[in-house]
Amino acid sequence: MNIMEKTGKAILTTIKYLSLAFFSFFALLPIVSCVITAFKTDREYQNTNVMTLPESWLNFSNFVDAFKKAGMARAFINSTVILIFVLVFSTILGTQLAYVLDRFKFTGNKLIRNMFLFATMLPGVAMQISVYEIMYKLKFINSLPGYIVLMCGTDVIAIYIFIQFFENIDISLDESAIVDGASYFTIFYKILFPLLKPAIVTSCILKGVGTYNEYYMANLYLQDKKHLATVATSLYTFVGPLGSKYNLICAGVIISLLPALIVFILCQKQIYSGLTAGSVKG
Amino acid sequence: MTLNGIGKHKRTFGEWLRSRDGQKVLVITAFLIIPLMLLLVFTYIPFAETIKFSFYNMKYVGARKFVGLKNYAKVFSRDDCFGALKLSLYYMGGSVVQLTLALYLATILSFKVKGGNFFKGFMFFPFLINGIAIGFIFKFFYTRGFVFDTVLGWCGFNLEDLPYWLKDRSINNISLVGTSVWRYFGQNMVLFIGAIMSVSGELYEAAMLDGANRFQQFRYIILPSIKSIFVLNVILSISGSLSAFEPPYVITDGANGTGTYFVVMHEIAHTQQKVGLASAMAVVLLSIIFVVTILQKLFFKYVFKDTD
Repeated sequence: MNIMEKTGKAILTTIKYLSLAFFSFFALLPIVSCVITAFKTDREYQNTNVMTLPESWLNFSNFVDAFKKAGMARAFINSTVILIFVLVFSTILGTQLAYVLDRFKFTGNKLIRNMFLFATMLPGVAMQISVYEIMYKLKFINSLPGYIVLMCGTDVIAIYIFIQFFENIDISLDESAIVDGASYFTIFYKILFPLLKPAIVTSCILKGVGTYNEYYMANLYLQDKKHLATVATSLYTFVGPLGSKYNLICAGVIISLLPALIVFILCQKQIYSGLTAGSVKG
Repeated sequence: MTLNGIGKHKRTFGEWLRSRDGQKVLVITAFLIIPLMLLLVFTYIPFAETIKFSFYNMKYVGARKFVGLKNYAKVFSRDDCFGALKLSLYYMGGSVVQLTLALYLATILSFKVKGGNFFKGFMFFPFLINGIAIGFIFKFFYTRGFVFDTVLGWCGFNLEDLPYWLKDRSINNISLVGTSVWRYFGQNMVLFIGAIMSVSGELYEAAMLDGANRFQQFRYIILPSIKSIFVLNVILSISGSLSAFEPPYVITDGANGTGTYFVVMHEIAHTQQKVGLASAMAVVLLSIIFVVTILQKLFFKYVFKDTD
């Protein structure tokens, strides 16, 4: 290798790492500045620049305050209840749907697939104009069960992950079970469902993060912010009179994104692969 | 014995239900009925209702009056409705930046990089933050003299020369588009990395042995392998730009000329309760999105000779 090539390579490596460092900085700066501010006392917040580090990294009073003021204890309970029900129901419904669509040939199979595909194209905000009227008629506004039903009924990306997974499970497994006299329900629950575990984990993580972060619909249908706030909508407390106390607000924001951060750190691989799988067909 | 007419005797319903065919119908019905009902109630009925509502002058409760195409006439004549679509050009510009950036970083990260997983994680994480938290983060970020101004100060800018990022009408839409790029570039990057990785590693090794440099690898291996996912993303971002909603909704509430089409529509539907007009707006935008999607299908069919 001559000198020209060596310098060329060195320059390329430098550009590579500079770009990565710069855009990581760009991605992290807004979050880091929030963390810094969340640890500041009122006095510090008013008298120092936002990027000056706090005097003490152990000043958790803003977090406690934000947690109480926004009623986050309640919000975490609500979000947990919503998550559990939505994940259980949509996993059962999604896997069953994928099983039928992948394993049985019947008139309307293709049509049903296309109906689900078409539904993903419709932008949520536009649809909510008339969904609101339906929720109103069903008495589903300000109702946790109603909201859970709605969340199960939207977003079907998971079925593509499941269908793809079924395609890779050899159909001879079903056939030999049929020869043994097993019913379709037995085949699904006893044989196929356990095999789907990786796909179920992936889809639960994605749907879980999506449900936890859902803000627009939660805001629209769970209007009783005192009793029915989710973690995302509980942050709404900080709109208004508290709107300039950013040390408090930042603490609330950090609390709200901690669960997503923990899930992300633990399940990076599944999140990446789930997104990639969902995008291929979607 | 699957065909009824051939059997020795006509089967009773109970017998049929216990047969393989009956079991098949039973399992298909049992597993399809709830998902289909949900799909009907929360997607297709609202879809039909939206079209119906667009011909009425109505609120959610109370009397409704059929007004024909008047709502549509209003969508095209009112400044706040159709004019707002112009803002989507900013968001389209943003998605060009976003996709280019994502492709560039994905290419870097799909080769051996020290700490690659950390960089990938840092850049992807914004995608996992809830919308209203993002709203607060960026209200804070752009406030006069706060985070963004401070960082620009480090780079030698004077505070007096800097605009008010969220109030100044010449810049505020760009500031909002920036937040959208921030939120999604990492996710796009992960999708591109997935597509690049789906090409077998041997191909790169063979290319290396043949003396192909990085640029040639990009041009002849990476680019073809992600062509379809790239075009798909470009087209998705067009409909995404038309329906841009969250950045202005959570950060500026549509103030100072940042109200995109959907923000205006949301405000007309849920605050002013002019449900008919809002529905007409929704139908107009849905039609535009359909046209874009059909063009996409044709594009795929004739340019890539894709059968799917």
